[in-house]
Amino acid sequence: MLETRASITWCPGCGNFGILNAVKKAISELIKEGEKKENFVIASGIGCHAKIVDYIDVNSFYGIHGRVPPALTGMKLANKNLKVIGFAGDGDAYAEGIEHLIHSAKRNTDITMIIHNNGVFALTTGQFTPTSPKGFKGKSTPSGNIEEPINPLKIMLASGATFVARGYAARVEHLKKLIKEAVKHRGFAIIDVLQPCVAFNNTYQILNQKVYELENFDTKNLEEAMRKVEEKDRIPIGIFYQIEKEVFEDYF
Amino acid sequence: MASIHTVTVGGKAGQGVKALGEVIGELLNELGYYVFILDDYPSLITGGHNFNRISFSEEEIHCSHKETDILIALDENTIEKHRKDLKDGYFILYDSSEFKIEEKNAIGIPSEEFVEKANVAQRMRNSSFAGALCYLLGINFEFLEKTFGVVFGDKAEPNIKIAKVAYDFTKENYRPLLNIKKIGERRKLITGNIAIAEGLVAGGLEVYIAYPMTPSTSILHYLASKAKEYKIKVVQPENEIAVINMAVGCAYAGKKVAVGTSGGGFDLMQEGFSLAGMSENPVVAIESQRPGPSTGVPTYTSQADLNYLLNAGHGEFPRIIVAPGTQEQAFYKAAEILNLVWKFQVPGILISDKNLSESWKNVSLNENKIYKAKPKLFTNGEYKRYKFEEDGVSPLAFPGTKGVVVKSSSYEHDEYGITTEEPEKIAKMQEKRFAKLKYIEKELENLETVKIYGEGENAIVTWGSSIGAVLEAAKKLNNVKIVQVLYLSPFPKKKIAQELKECKNVVGVEANFLGQLCDLIFANTGIEINKRILKYDSREFAPCELYLKLKEII
Repeated sequence: MLETRASITWCPGCGNFGILNAVKKAISELIKEGEKKENFVIASGIGCHAKIVDYIDVNSFYGIHGRVPPALTGMKLANKNLKVIGFAGDGDAYAEGIEHLIHSAKRNTDITMIIHNNGVFALTTGQFTPTSPKGFKGKSTPSGNIEEPINPLKIMLASGATFVARGYAARVEHLKKLIKEAVKHRGFAIIDVLQPCVAFNNTYQILNQKVYELENFDTKNLEEAMRKVEEKDRIPIGIFYQIEKEVFEDYF
Repeated sequence: MASIHTVTVGGKAGQGVKALGEVIGELLNELGYYVFILDDYPSLITGGHNFNRISFSEEEIHCSHKETDILIALDENTIEKHRKDLKDGYFILYDSSEFKIEEKNAIGIPSEEFVEKANVAQRMRNSSFAGALCYLLGINFEFLEKTFGVVFGDKAEPNIKIAKVAYDFTKENYRPLLNIKKIGERRKLITGNIAIAEGLVAGGLEVYIAYPMTPSTSILHYLASKAKEYKIKVVQPENEIAVINMAVGCAYAGKKVAVGTSGGGFDLMQEGFSLAGMSENPVVAIESQRPGPSTGVPTYTSQADLNYLLNAGHGEFPRIIVAPGTQEQAFYKAAEILNLVWKFQVPGILISDKNLSESWKNVSLNENKIYKAKPKLFTNGEYKRYKFEEDGVSPLAFPGTKGVVVKSSSYEHDEYGITTEEPEKIAKMQEKRFAKLKYIEKELENLETVKIYGEGENAIVTWGSSIGAVLEAAKKLNNVKIVQVLYLSPFPKKKIAQELKECKNVVGVEANFLGQLCDLIFANTGIEINKRILKYDSREFAPCELYLKLKEII
């Protein structure tokens, strides 16, 4: 299914495998449901996540660190029919390129962003990112990270994102459904995917305990969504917010 | 040699200096004169001192001449600022509703009174000066009427009314200074930036993306205003980093795209520019120079980014760089580089500078004369985005094409676009990208890469907008040819060596501190240019001063 010639170089047990499987399933099902394969474009930034573009046999754009959203926007400006899905790590999306996420949400450009959020810079061998917890001991913060983490989905809600969701790399079927919904959504969609990093931030155990799927949640209520994405004792996954709004590309 | 006249309009920012300058320029253009307008302003919105200098002649003029025949002073400061430039027999038109001066050659225009008399809005008051000037230049009022129509469209009427009041007032009290008649047909009066914009569109531009930065911003304004008419998309993203990445994405998906900025903005684009080089996505960047380093002098001119742009972006990759020097060249070269980058799938830069970008000149352009080239498109078989071909150019396909998977990459890759870290493959792909260079050079042989003006044993070498002042200064020099370098990358070294090797004296003229073009010529040809006239005070060369310096050497 959508295999390429590339051999996969992620660590055994990496959360990226779950994301890869979910994406492949989602794209395959969408093709079966009538989307044209040639209209899919996937794009990545730089980091472990980025290798995903080599592993799926659809059009792809291996971009640069932090800059996936504008590249996708450029593609949509060129061809509205494309279904563009961007991948970025938490360092990529929330540190290097946070401005692009905010402005893409503000524009409501019709792109989907899937964030591989493992709370660590892994490919550079373990430094804190904007989502690493306070006290996180990385190679650049041997005494512990002194900064509080950000809540990226809160930022996205505040920026005007019209589809805001969270997934978990180990819940592939659930994640697949989220991805399909995000791709079908007309407008800016973001899925923050909790992704354990077996090498530098192995969160499988804690996430397996804390993660639960949202049920019967009112996805039209911004205030409710703002509250829900903040939940910490247990971690909700699913769609927090989804509304319809005029799409950027339609103005041209 | 036909005489050159200059009208200088000065005032505070916000007083409408620029609009009045444009009206005067268009009036002279209407009469068939050659016109050049310099728009000089500091970086502020209200106050300070702005001026427009409108030089005109029966013969083509290539730059602004500061020696002023008529000074229009909207504020008192203007008179002090420009007194040193007044020619013998000068006249000053000043706003006597604002201030009073006692001077034989000064004519007070009570613009406030005229506003009341004509019963028009305050903001029309400057048109009094156009009316008064029209009379003093001996121009029939009907030409000014027509000009207001050209500049203001359906808002022309009140401007005509107040201008007529001023025209009649001047007629009652003074005699014309000149007797300017219609000598020919109007040409297109455009700035370098409009020329670049029109050239890009003529060359097939589909999308323009830019973040505002002086002196490139008016390309964005102009194309935004024309977007519907030209059926192009014009976008202003959050910053220059977004601009260049959006552009690369756009090119990847198959649309001809350009971006525009100045040096500081291009600094932010460099990583994306390097991405375009690696991923072989054709993008044209317009870099209109202003003095740096850093913020520098935002609204003035410079030619100091040459070394930088030749090497912009990390890593090694082929690029095409062109530097037009005149409004005509700006039009043709903008169209040319857009077609070239698509033919060869490399990034390109068109270098401009404030003096070219924001100065007006009236020109005749011919769309049929522009260079067009077809990109190499994929037809059939197995698709490989980076397929090895003798000329290094792989056939293009775009996402959305049935049966084709297009994999574009910033990472080193194999022919399919899949990541590789194998040394043999890496070397081969780098050789593939550079294989294009020879073919780009060959293509450029059919285009004007170096422009030669005149003949002689001595040579003046220059580039960019400095060509204007050089051409004017050289009008009074003998035995000298001018060598204007248009393409900077790939560098036309053979042509330049051929032109310079037999010369007695070679002088370099450029607006930077180091003499960057002179150094580049030495690096490429071994010809040393030690006589250099360099200007780095943020202002364009003045032809008279340049002439005096050249005369000492040649």
